[in-house]
Amino acid sequence: MDATNTSNPEYFHKVVDCQYACPAHTPVPEYIRLIARQRYTEAYLVNWESNVFPGVLGRTCDRPCEPACRRGRVESEPVAICRLKRVAADNKGDIAPYMPVIPTEKNGKCIALIGAGPASLTVARDLMPLGYTIHLYDENPKAGGFMRSQIPAFRLPETVLDEEVDRILDMGVDCQLSHRVESMKGILAKDYDAVFVGTGAPRGRDLDLPGRQEADENVHIGINWLADVAFEHKQSIGKNVVVLGGGNTAMDCCRTARRLGGEEVTITVRSTFEAMKASPWEKEDAQREGIPFLPNHTPLEFICENGKLTGMTFDEVESVYDRDGNRKLVSAGKPPVLIKADEVLVAIGQEVAFPWIEDGCGIEFDQWNQPVVDSTTFQSTNDKVFFGGDAAFGPENVITAVAHGHQAAVSIDLFLSGRDIKSERPAPGTRLFSTKMGIHEWSYDSQVTVDERFAVPHLDNETALGDRRAEVELGFDQSTGFAEAQRCLNCDVQTVFIESKCIECDSCVDICPTDCITFTENGDEDDLRKRLTAPAEDLEQALYVSESLQQTGRIMVKDENVCLHCGLCAERCPTAAWDMQQYLYSVTKPAPVIKIDASRIGLPITGNSGKTESSRTSGGLAS
Amino acid sequence: MSYFKPQFRHPQLPTNERGFTRTAYEGLISTLCAGCGHDSISAAIIQACWELSLEPHRIAKVSGIGCSSKSPTYFLNKSHGFNSVHGRMPSVATGAFAGNHDLNYIGVSGDGDSASIGMGQFAHVVRRNLNMLYMVENNGCYGLTKGQDSATADEGSKSRTGQVNPFENIDLVGVALEIGATFVARSFSGDKQQLVPLIKAAIAHKGFALIDVISPCVTFNNHHGSTKSYDYTREHVQSGNIVDFVPSRTEITANYEEGQTHSVQLHDGSMLNLAKTKPEHDPGNLRAAVNALQASREEGEILTGLIYIDTEEPDFKTMMKIGEKPLNSLSQDELCPGGERLEKINASLR
Repeated sequence: MDATNTSNPEYFHKVVDCQYACPAHTPVPEYIRLIARQRYTEAYLVNWESNVFPGVLGRTCDRPCEPACRRGRVESEPVAICRLKRVAADNKGDIAPYMPVIPTEKNGKCIALIGAGPASLTVARDLMPLGYTIHLYDENPKAGGFMRSQIPAFRLPETVLDEEVDRILDMGVDCQLSHRVESMKGILAKDYDAVFVGTGAPRGRDLDLPGRQEADENVHIGINWLADVAFEHKQSIGKNVVVLGGGNTAMDCCRTARRLGGEEVTITVRSTFEAMKASPWEKEDAQREGIPFLPNHTPLEFICENGKLTGMTFDEVESVYDRDGNRKLVSAGKPPVLIKADEVLVAIGQEVAFPWIEDGCGIEFDQWNQPVVDSTTFQSTNDKVFFGGDAAFGPENVITAVAHGHQAAVSIDLFLSGRDIKSERPAPGTRLFSTKMGIHEWSYDSQVTVDERFAVPHLDNETALGDRRAEVELGFDQSTGFAEAQRCLNCDVQTVFIESKCIECDSCVDICPTDCITFTENGDEDDLRKRLTAPAEDLEQALYVSESLQQTGRIMVKDENVCLHCGLCAERCPTAAWDMQQYLYSVTKPAPVIKIDASRIGLPITGNSGKTESSRTSGGLAS
Repeated sequence: MSYFKPQFRHPQLPTNERGFTRTAYEGLISTLCAGCGHDSISAAIIQACWELSLEPHRIAKVSGIGCSSKSPTYFLNKSHGFNSVHGRMPSVATGAFAGNHDLNYIGVSGDGDSASIGMGQFAHVVRRNLNMLYMVENNGCYGLTKGQDSATADEGSKSRTGQVNPFENIDLVGVALEIGATFVARSFSGDKQQLVPLIKAAIAHKGFALIDVISPCVTFNNHHGSTKSYDYTREHVQSGNIVDFVPSRTEITANYEEGQTHSVQLHDGSMLNLAKTKPEHDPGNLRAAVNALQASREEGEILTGLIYIDTEEPDFKTMMKIGEKPLNSLSQDELCPGGERLEKINASLR
């Protein structure tokens, strides 16, 4: 293999599994360390710079970081990253002094944002500090989009959402709320310099089964019903409720129904319990509230008596998978199952809908009625119009919408300053610096704790079910937050190998607790993977390969897979050929948004030339 | 500074015949200098014992004084151990063996412990052919007292302060050959591919097995002018043979070129296959071994590999007619057969 090119900003980034898996690439280990040091404000700011809604995400994120967490590969459970984010948000101090200054003199460019969800708000957050004038349109009376209308208050208190949404609106965004945009032509006619579409995936799927029309009064589309509850158009529900669907919306529907008066709330899913799309923790939360799950049941018919819904019938099915892993539901051939229902909530998916974008706007749609959008620039076929969030590529989640928002903001800023939005896109900001403080001293806690994942306390069921606004998850207190933070393996502190210093004494090989390091003859990757000290079977995880070494001509190969980043290789190295260097990676943004010395919280310098800056100082973390 | 090794291990670590991963053979985290060759030797011992599927509690580690003699703390912490007086490890090992010959004895010593203060003990344990593996972690200096030249420092080797060693060195391999050692090998801490099979063979050998391991002292003897540094050793190593240890239960699959191999059957049925890199060197022949050693010295090279092996010489247990049942497991009745038996013995001596 060729020696690894660590100057490629993505190489070390990929080693930080959590950050790499995060759509917005939030520097997770960095803010976890700040939490451990009780520097909650800085921890919050690191988050806010990257994901804009730390308080919201600390409660509701889909957490793609957690399955990626390296800790989950050396023991049973990953670090509770999401809950730690909430610790930062719950305990932060006054962040006002660090907020960007919004120029009073505008730059003369005006941008329309359609839809006030996380994608649009991110665009606003990124562009307001640059002097843009922003008009934000939304059909609802309050901004927040699906964060407000679909996530129930018992998972996300309104105060938390308001704080983070208002922080952006208060930058001077011109809000056109309760204003449903009915025509893209109308928007384009207003001569905005750019338009960003962040309208989400607002159309919930319906289920066209016998009896649907007759039962219409008591059958609701899940996302619409949740929005009606959030905006207090609906205050109650019948006693017997059936929820159709196995995703997170279904979980929110059933839990909300329990709080609005539903006594017998049942979730029915066509798939098996295991194959349900809902996040495991959301399933657990619903089960904790005593909600029964009925997997392997396909709905057949809405049953009505005297024009009123009384129940639903289901066919029991079995999931059969063919050789390619495609699922087929096969009827078990049993008589239909009747479940009593006063109301049915249909939560079987949602999709984008652009009835308001007319032909002739220059915006092309593909065969699935998705707009044609560039996946890097988020520009549509109309140069002026950008898409992001669920509207761009279909339903995802809040953190993905934020990630889209950042990229669209970069594109819009480049576009409006006459630069090429592809070739002149700034590289991600990176910093690489040694954590060495003394002979065997590092500026991070290199010791690996053996604590298992801490459980988060919950509100008791009775109180929770009695108040739809009472937050169920109580979050970690500071001491549990510290203990959980210490479980982080600091994967952003990279094991950097300097071959010219190596005397091939094998000390690193001998000490490595997880047998990551091998000195051997070079070969191609398949061959090398078979000859390492321990099996290197995870092909997703890179091999870090050195140039040929001076004394024997062998190479050093490190399997990044289960490295604990404990620093022992560097501690046992007599010549400092190994060094523990912290790597910070920041997604390109139009401009720095936090008013703080970046080195104080170890933020990478945004938008540098992409070159890796290497310094021997222990800078970044000193307070 | 880390005082503990993290507890997590690679989740797919292989297990040996007893179902143990290497973790079962580890010790505490080393407190030796970073880069010390001794740590590599500890790792090689761990690897060899794991590969041999030995039960850790059937091993006894014995050592004297010095950096080398500290190192048993850093491997096999589920085994028996005795950190004895300077240079007196052979006596302790002899006593322990007499008490319980059912254990595998691994002695760890250094150049000071064996070639200076313990020279007398070393010579006698060799000639008694005590059933043990005797490792000399040889760095040519007294690392624990700031790097003075030891008795194994080569003549002409420069100390870290620039002084040239005027004295002839003691080559423990040569001494051992001269006084009847039955398994003599030399290796290098930086070459586990050679060291691990040598340790396995030495443990399987019935009798005394010496492995003199060049183990650079990174702090006091790893500079230009030293003849025990990593780079000097790598430049001057001359591998006499490539050793492949084949346990008795394993089918022999390796192929060697005709005329280039030499196989030795050990007492437990295992085989040692030696692929000779120097055709004239026959490790079964003492004279050839002595000649090869001398030739390498004349060439200024360091001969490594299995230098000499004799599987026929009776071991200490045979020579001393030690019974099959270890002393420590004899019952009171067996140890003290009563007055009548004593009378008989006394009568036989009158």
